[in-house]
Amino acid sequence: MSRIRLIWRKSLNVVMLTLTGVCAFAVVSVLFLILGYFVIHGGSSLNWDFFTKLPKPVGETGGGMANAILGSLKLLLLAGLMGLPVGLMAGVYLAEFGGKTFSFVIRYTTDLLNGVPSIVIGLFAYSIAVLPVKHFSTVAGGVALGIMVIPITVRATEEFLRAVPGALREGAMALGASKWRTIATVVLPAASGGIITGMLLSLARVAGETAPLLFTAFGNRFWSPGWSQPTAALPEMIYRYAISPYEDWNRQAWAAGLVLLGLVLLANLVCRFVLHRRGFSRSV
Amino acid sequence: MASTAHGSNAAAVRLAPQVNMTDLTTTTSEKEALVRFEISDLNFFYGAKQAIFGLNLKIPKNRVTALIGPSGCGKSTFLRTLNRMNETIRHTRVVGQILLDGQDILKMDVVGLRRRVGMVFQRPNPFPKSIYDNVAYGLRINGYQGRLDDLVEHSLRRAALWDEVKDYLHKSAFALSGGQQQRLCIARALAVDPEVLLLDEPCSALDPVTTAKIEELMFHLKDSCTMAIVTHNMQQAARASDFTAFMLDGKLIEHSETSKLFTTPQDPRTEAYITGRFG
Repeated sequence: MSRIRLIWRKSLNVVMLTLTGVCAFAVVSVLFLILGYFVIHGGSSLNWDFFTKLPKPVGETGGGMANAILGSLKLLLLAGLMGLPVGLMAGVYLAEFGGKTFSFVIRYTTDLLNGVPSIVIGLFAYSIAVLPVKHFSTVAGGVALGIMVIPITVRATEEFLRAVPGALREGAMALGASKWRTIATVVLPAASGGIITGMLLSLARVAGETAPLLFTAFGNRFWSPGWSQPTAALPEMIYRYAISPYEDWNRQAWAAGLVLLGLVLLANLVCRFVLHRRGFSRSV
Repeated sequence: MASTAHGSNAAAVRLAPQVNMTDLTTTTSEKEALVRFEISDLNFFYGAKQAIFGLNLKIPKNRVTALIGPSGCGKSTFLRTLNRMNETIRHTRVVGQILLDGQDILKMDVVGLRRRVGMVFQRPNPFPKSIYDNVAYGLRINGYQGRLDDLVEHSLRRAALWDEVKDYLHKSAFALSGGQQQRLCIARALAVDPEVLLLDEPCSALDPVTTAKIEELMFHLKDSCTMAIVTHNMQQAARASDFTAFMLDGKLIEHSETSKLFTTPQDPRTEAYITGRFG
């Protein structure tokens, strides 16, 4: 082998190693860059008032986003109530009962649903939950987010149920448990850590959705009374405040972003903790 | 061939299922051994593939019957027909008759059948629950109303595990060693007080010391339980069983008292297998 060729090969090795390393570092640093950016720009507006006060009228500084925080929680509650049970049950069906063809159809459809742009889902929720009653509502926003929760929950449930060894099912059935009893008392508990994680992550994902809320929950500068009125939500407030011409509003948009980011990170950490505590890896 | 000999008197036994099998038990015990399972002309299919061919066998009560034979000969499949576990696999079919105390198990309620016929699997498969909840599981799903604590203790004692776990009953079953887990699975099966215990290579994943423990346990369980054990370990079959059935390619080749089968096998194929010439 010639000397030049050897040098070429060695340097190519070094170049590629450096390139992949730099890209890997970039992936990690993006998160910290975002976090740092939000802290710098929004940290100053993040105070007690932000969590407890309503937005101030234009021209007055201060105020908070308490209504948006509560609104987001209400929307997530609705989305969870509507989407999680459906997703869980469908996931159980896929993993435990489904035949070949029908399961394939469900799985494929679920993946397609997961890929539907969120604004299209918003439009759908608008047509079924806003148009008939002729006004925007918290419920309509919940419907939109609930639909988005379903596919993620289905796939997470199915995946973690499949990871439960068949020997556990046989053990329960050999003791005289029916199929449903086996699933409810042995298989689901064995997979619960993973399934709960999937659910939390799906909620964390839709917590940041803005587009489907624009014409369902719509937004509100005041407390939303009950469930049938429009409500503010954090991502929707970020959108409105960030494009506004007022510097104070811009700062508050950053702060809202920081809160949202914090919530998502918290959900992730809780998931890790739950999985670790359940010793999920040992039971697989 | 021993199996055909059983076939010839099968009709008589079917009329009176709890007949004295004196021909099989004179040297083993002076007590009468009754038939618990009587299998006649059993055929089993995985889809179009036949796995068991015209099998006839009687499993005597309160005895250990060992099933030996090379891998893939159908002994596990056969064992799993006895509590209808094969029904959990799609596209399987059973043709023939299996009587448990004279009742056709294929017509029984499967939940009731599996409560009467317990099973221990090749690899320990404790549920991801506490030791206590593992043992109590069968009792709970069968709607047992009495004091769980007593029965859990009793079952763990029967499985010779009580002394090792009595202070950790509420710890995860995964914290136990492999051998302890397998005895826990035996305790779990014993908790519902089954009449028959099916053991599908229960010691294949265990070390010799633990294996000896489980064999001793089987010896003591004979008082209250009928056992059928699938094993690849010929010494184990010779040590722990009263009767041995040798299977090959889905057919029962020979079935007799263990001492007889291992010393004076009637069929040349049995002899070839137990002397290690194949399988």
